Amino acid sequence: MATEVKEGQDIRKMVRTLVQNHGDEKAELIPILHEINRELGYISDEAIKELSKKMNLPSSHIYSVATFYRMLSTEPRGRHVIQFCESAPCHVTGGRLVWQKLQRELGLEKGETSQDDKWTLLTTSCLGLCGVGPVMVIDNDIYGNVTPEQVPGILENYE
Amino acid sequence: MAYFRSHVLVSVDPVCVEKGAYELIETLQDELVKQGLVEEVQVLETSRIGDPETEGLDLMVYPEAVHYTKLTLDDVPFLVEEQFLKGRIAEQYIRETKRVIDEELSAPKTKEVRIVLKNIGEIDPLNIEDYIARDGYMALGKVLTEMTPEETIQEVLDSGLRGRGGAGFPTGLKWRFIRNAVGEQKYMLCNADEGDPGAFANRRVLEGDPHSVVEGMIIAAYAVGASQGYIYCRAEYPIAVRTMKIAIEQARNFGLLGDNILGSGFSFDLEVRMGAGAFVCGEETALMASIEGHRGEPRPRPPFPAQKGLWEQPSNINNVETYSNVPQIILNGAEWFANLGYNKSTGTKTFSMAGDVKNTGLIEVPFGITLREIIYDVGGGIKEDKKFKAVQTGGPMGGCLPEKLLDLHMDYEALAEAGSILGSGGLVVMDEDTCMVDIARFFMEFTQDESCGKCTPCRIGTRRILEILTRICEGKGKPDDIDTLRYLCDQINENSLCGLGKGAPNPVKSTLEHFLDEYEAHIYEKRCPAKVCKSLIRFEIIEGLCTGCTLCARNCPVDAISGERRQTHVIDPDICIKCGICEQLCQYDAIEIK
Ligand SMILES: Cc1cc2nc3c(=O)[nH]c(=O)nc-3n(C[C@H](O)[C@H](O)[C@H](O)COP(=O)(O)O)c2cc1C
Ligand code: SF4
Ligand code: SF4
Ligand code: SF4
Ligand code: FES
Repeated sequence: MATEVKEGQDIRKMVRTLVQNHGDEKAELIPILHEINRELGYISDEAIKELSKKMNLPSSHIYSVATFYRMLSTEPRGRHVIQFCESAPCHVTGGRLVWQKLQRELGLEKGETSQDDKWTLLTTSCLGLCGVGPVMVIDNDIYGNVTPEQVPGILENYE
Repeated sequence: MAYFRSHVLVSVDPVCVEKGAYELIETLQDELVKQGLVEEVQVLETSRIGDPETEGLDLMVYPEAVHYTKLTLDDVPFLVEEQFLKGRIAEQYIRETKRVIDEELSAPKTKEVRIVLKNIGEIDPLNIEDYIARDGYMALGKVLTEMTPEETIQEVLDSGLRGRGGAGFPTGLKWRFIRNAVGEQKYMLCNADEGDPGAFANRRVLEGDPHSVVEGMIIAAYAVGASQGYIYCRAEYPIAVRTMKIAIEQARNFGLLGDNILGSGFSFDLEVRMGAGAFVCGEETALMASIEGHRGEPRPRPPFPAQKGLWEQPSNINNVETYSNVPQIILNGAEWFANLGYNKSTGTKTFSMAGDVKNTGLIEVPFGITLREIIYDVGGGIKEDKKFKAVQTGGPMGGCLPEKLLDLHMDYEALAEAGSILGSGGLVVMDEDTCMVDIARFFMEFTQDESCGKCTPCRIGTRRILEILTRICEGKGKPDDIDTLRYLCDQINENSLCGLGKGAPNPVKSTLEHFLDEYEAHIYEKRCPAKVCKSLIRFEIIEGLCTGCTLCARNCPVDAISGERRQTHVIDPDICIKCGICEQLCQYDAIEIK
């Protein structure tokens, strides 16, 4: 995820532009949060505050929405986000062993971000790619039919 | 609308025009007149076919979807004669196609009938003309010019079409409720949230035949009198979202969406909305809350969405597959559809097969087919010819069915009776190496994780079940656990607000019913018969089989294996974390799980 670190003023500007483009109806909240999440890698307090002003919604509402959905994060994430499919079809075709290998290679547990901010390890429910399970997604790259042996090689592709 | 037997698509993008596309069209038309085929074959212009680099001209013929290439004008008379008069393919002009292997959807197998999947992989989903050439939007034309809304509803009702999103409610009946409901504005929603693990049929339809969904929704909107529609697609499907947006844009440009559709006076528009990763948003009231910009929590019904749905207005919600059946029903008639299928379940159903079956992927079969036929005839049987143990249908709210139920004829009622559901058509096949307690625990982890927490039975109950199952898998099961599980299952089922809580106990209930012996082995004998549960197994190296190749020792993540080269190795059980890597790697089958 190519996320630049944005500071206060930039964040406020970005939020204003988003609200301008989408409009300030409540139904636009989730689409806007998606875009903030993509831009910043997460939804910062700063962004929530500005959004609250521009959309006339209480911060608490925005926060409760942002924390409800798994793909939106209110915590900063690593440069690369790994989503490992933890659903049954992938699990029964060998996902369990891949997941163990992945955790060990990274030294991370589910939901953790590495000290150097390189990786965030997440699980996801089925990505609808079960025909080629086990499946994992790193940033926007999809890997199917993953075996434990392939894991180190896949991780090496990322800086 | 005139009916043409065949359509010819000629690419008229600038490169092809340069190469003489319009001359090709003229020559084609002259030739069709000459051979007396103008009434039967329609020539259409399209944006692009084939590779602009190759010499000569390209055209495509539908419904056969044959791509002719490198044509000159002199080839036209012969081609027309072969293709349209004699009805056979003029092989010498056919393009050699580089077939990409589609791991999810292969050519139809025997016993398959394809209605919903018929266009997938056959047409270019980003090109509305491809869809039109295959009779696309003809059903819409028919409905708008020849049928009243009430007749449209009656046709769908007579076809027996039922919702493909889970509960199997008769679609025509739902539409009638909405038609009769009073409200300033009515909404038409498409549930493309497809959250059931193991199901991906909706994704393939959205990505591969988007216009069938758009057309189905416009017809439905006309039938119920809705003017605005939303397709709610899960954000995990970015390609589907993009494809649908393009399809909507193209339909709008063709006057198939927007004001005064095809000059009929009927107006309807459509937008895509994206989820953000919450399984429960597939539940209809939660989905509507999410579109409105709220947390996606279900609310009690009644009031049903048909009365008070999106923004409190009457709203119709159907699944992707439900909509994409509609144009076919209108074109071929209710009777045709009703004749396919079984009992009160008409038509076909797609299934996404996953797990330990040889042919994984998407299939479409008529209702009434047995599970055995699906798994063995269509699915090719169990991988590595192992023994079948169970099949889980309907996703996390479905049940696990054993061997003895394989001759069950698939329909909504039969599955419900067997303690499972049809759901969105996920089929997870499990072989003898699967531990059913582990599987039950696994599904519970999912529902527990996805429970929105609004009501106590679901929130607390699923957590308690998960705790007990985890304990059993760790070898700490207690004799009264089985009774407690049964009690909790009933409580959660009876007292939960939405379908997630009501269905969550199904994997546990069905495994308790059909695989009780496995629970008992875990609890009383502290043994996992499938050798899956880590706390109950041990890895050992068999003397005599081990060649001392050192492969396992070099790969053990915790250095639990020791031994000299060419000497039998040993595993230290106190260090071993039972990851299973050594057993997978050993070339000599020298590692045994006990
Ligand atoms: C927890 C939960 C998840 C659901 N997920 C979906 C889904 O992903 N897709 C879907 O079409 N229906 C889903 N449903 C069913 C919908 O609530 C609704 O019944 C359906 O969309 C109606 O469409 P149909 O009549 O065409 O089946 C879900 C229901 C529950 C309780
Ligand atoms: S049953 Fe579960 S998912 Fe449904 S509303 Fe209650 S807590 Fe939420
Ligand atoms: S991999 Fe197999 S054969 Fe080689 S040392 Fe290990 S147990 Fe022995
Ligand atoms: S199961 Fe894993 S930890 Fe145990 S000995 Fe084998 S490789 Fe090592
Ligand atoms: S279960 Fe992993 S992609 Fe479907």
